[in-house]
Amino acid sequence: MIEYQNIFTQVQADAPDYPGVPIGKDEEHRMGGPIHSWIAGKLGDAQIGPIYLGPSGFFAFLCGFIAFEIIGLNMWASVNWDPIEFIRQLPWLALEPPPPAYGLSIPPLNDGGWWLIAGFFLTASIFLWWWRTFTISRNLGMSNYLAWAFAAAIWLYLVLGFIRPVLMGSWSEAVPFGIFPHLDWTAAFSMRYGNLFYNPFHMLSIVFLYGSAILFAMHGATILAVSRYGGDREIDQVTDIGTAGERSMLYWRWCMGFNASMESIHRWAWWFAVLTVITGGIGILLTGTVVENWYLWGVKHGIAPAYPVIDAVPVVDPMMEANP
Amino acid sequence: MKLPQFIRATVVVLAGSLLLTGCEKPPPETVQLGYRGVGMELVANPKTLAATVAANQVPTPQPPVPAVGPKAGDIYQNVQVLGDLSVGEFTRLMAAMTEWISPEEGCNYCHVAEGFQYDTKYTKRVARVMTLMTQQANVEWGDHVGGAGVTCYTCHRGKNIPEYVWATDPGRPHAPGVMTAGQNIASVTAAYSSLPNDPLTPYLEGDEEDAATLPWRVAGQTALPNGNRSSVKQTEYIYSLMMHFSDSLGVNCTHCHNTRAFYDWEQSSPARVRAWHGIRMVREMNTKYVNQTTDWLPDHRKGPMGDPLKVNCATCHQGAYKPMLGANMVKDYPNLARTTLLEPKEETAPASETEAAAEEITEDMPAQANAGSSDQGMTAGN
Repeated sequence: MIEYQNIFTQVQADAPDYPGVPIGKDEEHRMGGPIHSWIAGKLGDAQIGPIYLGPSGFFAFLCGFIAFEIIGLNMWASVNWDPIEFIRQLPWLALEPPPPAYGLSIPPLNDGGWWLIAGFFLTASIFLWWWRTFTISRNLGMSNYLAWAFAAAIWLYLVLGFIRPVLMGSWSEAVPFGIFPHLDWTAAFSMRYGNLFYNPFHMLSIVFLYGSAILFAMHGATILAVSRYGGDREIDQVTDIGTAGERSMLYWRWCMGFNASMESIHRWAWWFAVLTVITGGIGILLTGTVVENWYLWGVKHGIAPAYPVIDAVPVVDPMMEANP
Repeated sequence: MKLPQFIRATVVVLAGSLLLTGCEKPPPETVQLGYRGVGMELVANPKTLAATVAANQVPTPQPPVPAVGPKAGDIYQNVQVLGDLSVGEFTRLMAAMTEWISPEEGCNYCHVAEGFQYDTKYTKRVARVMTLMTQQANVEWGDHVGGAGVTCYTCHRGKNIPEYVWATDPGRPHAPGVMTAGQNIASVTAAYSSLPNDPLTPYLEGDEEDAATLPWRVAGQTALPNGNRSSVKQTEYIYSLMMHFSDSLGVNCTHCHNTRAFYDWEQSSPARVRAWHGIRMVREMNTKYVNQTTDWLPDHRKGPMGDPLKVNCATCHQGAYKPMLGANMVKDYPNLARTTLLEPKEETAPASETEAAAEEITEDMPAQANAGSSDQGMTAGN
């Protein structure tokens, strides 16, 4: 069983073509392939396809493509249709939301209108994709953990690009579509609202984000470590613990005094991931709408300590000095 | 031969630690600027520090001369701003200016062979404006330039045009159908961020009325909303200017700010007050001095939008937190730190009106220059 001690998947999960379980009338929507790939088998299942496309998949792709094209063509137009500049400047380019003067009105196409249209199609694409996560799990007789987890991410997306701008009364409050521009937007957003690190929901979101990463690593490592004892049969072991489950639990009990169970670790993982975006969305939603300066909010609520002034003469705002 | 396991483990741990600690060589040096734990520190790489020190050496001052003797304004013709210097001091300053600004071209960079008094070359008229600007900085802007002051060399460093100057950025060519929002392009001014690519035009020139319309203090000053409608886009504008500050001075945000509360003066370092005065000083330099050359400056000394090459933080600082690393050059050239207009001999204007007279000269200069030279523009060979 030494083959598990490797960074790559050691067992090629491959079999003759398998179209999947029958799902009744929608079966014709399953299309493409299947093909078999050894490289894919190194990372996951060696069989690629068929994919369930269906109307939701088709329109999700179409809307996503339209949004992608609008964003990309606007970026390209912003460097005067120069292909070399487009590649060189790509990380800097963006499709910006309308300037503040337009508020929530419909701006001209070239001054934020394209941003609204791109946002509409991207949102439509995401919603259609969400519908896929919902219906495919239903077709497979699964419950809807995946769809609700994805919905949590959509919540954060909508808060950033739609709900908060509407509450603030201006599309300009939304995030630009662009690689560096959205990062610069994030930094400017934090500075405008007095340091997002004092936003307790931002704190929670970071806890869950980093927590998700560490849980992911802990769980993956633990199961791989006991797979030589059949630990990969995790779900069986929820009720029938076996030596692998017992060893993995003892490992964490001895290591840190407390351990998850075979079932609870998966609920932990799900909640950590989902709470990252739920709390993050709440934090963004409150920013500017009900809290103006998170640092001062932190001072008010006793979470931001005061430090002694280091200079003999404290620094005074020169404008206050001029007009006392 | 197999090494015992603990030896192997030790070697692995040591090698790993070495690998990590060796990430930057030489290790960066930090200077604490604020209370411990708040991260207010200056980080410097000893290698680049050595280069900065080498680039900021003060040239040997010209040998001193007595301040007594007949005034330059009385002896020479057409000495408009340095008339109150003794002839010796005047010659010495001219020699220094040549060394600082046109070491290759010599006197002829500004003067013509027909006579040193002629304003034929635009460079001479620029030198006059720049001299007034330098004196103004030293006399009126001590809050920014401090005791060290500035000389021509602070910016010029032996070059005709200081290495770091700016003009209004026309933006990159773009299809007529899109607005670029003045940002989202790799911008040197904004330190290669995607922030607004020309924060200098709005923030570093214009009069007080213009300044009042700009977003300076965008952050909320209260915990809860209180009518502050500054947008994130406005924040990006001032943020872009701050990137220029940081880049020009070779410092990070914490040189001035406690980054947990950027807006808060009480938690800021004294350098922030100095920078606050610096913004106003540079706005005045560009608006009152540099921009008055617009009408008669040759095109190759202007930016693509037809505005003259102007001053920003980098013009003096050139990557150092203090220009020339704080060396005081003005002490050797005290005439650059006072008003040197020769008081008129005729008693028509009382002494108290000297300042008004000075302003008049400043304002009239382009007109006088135009009148005084019919061949301007063709002499711009430098």
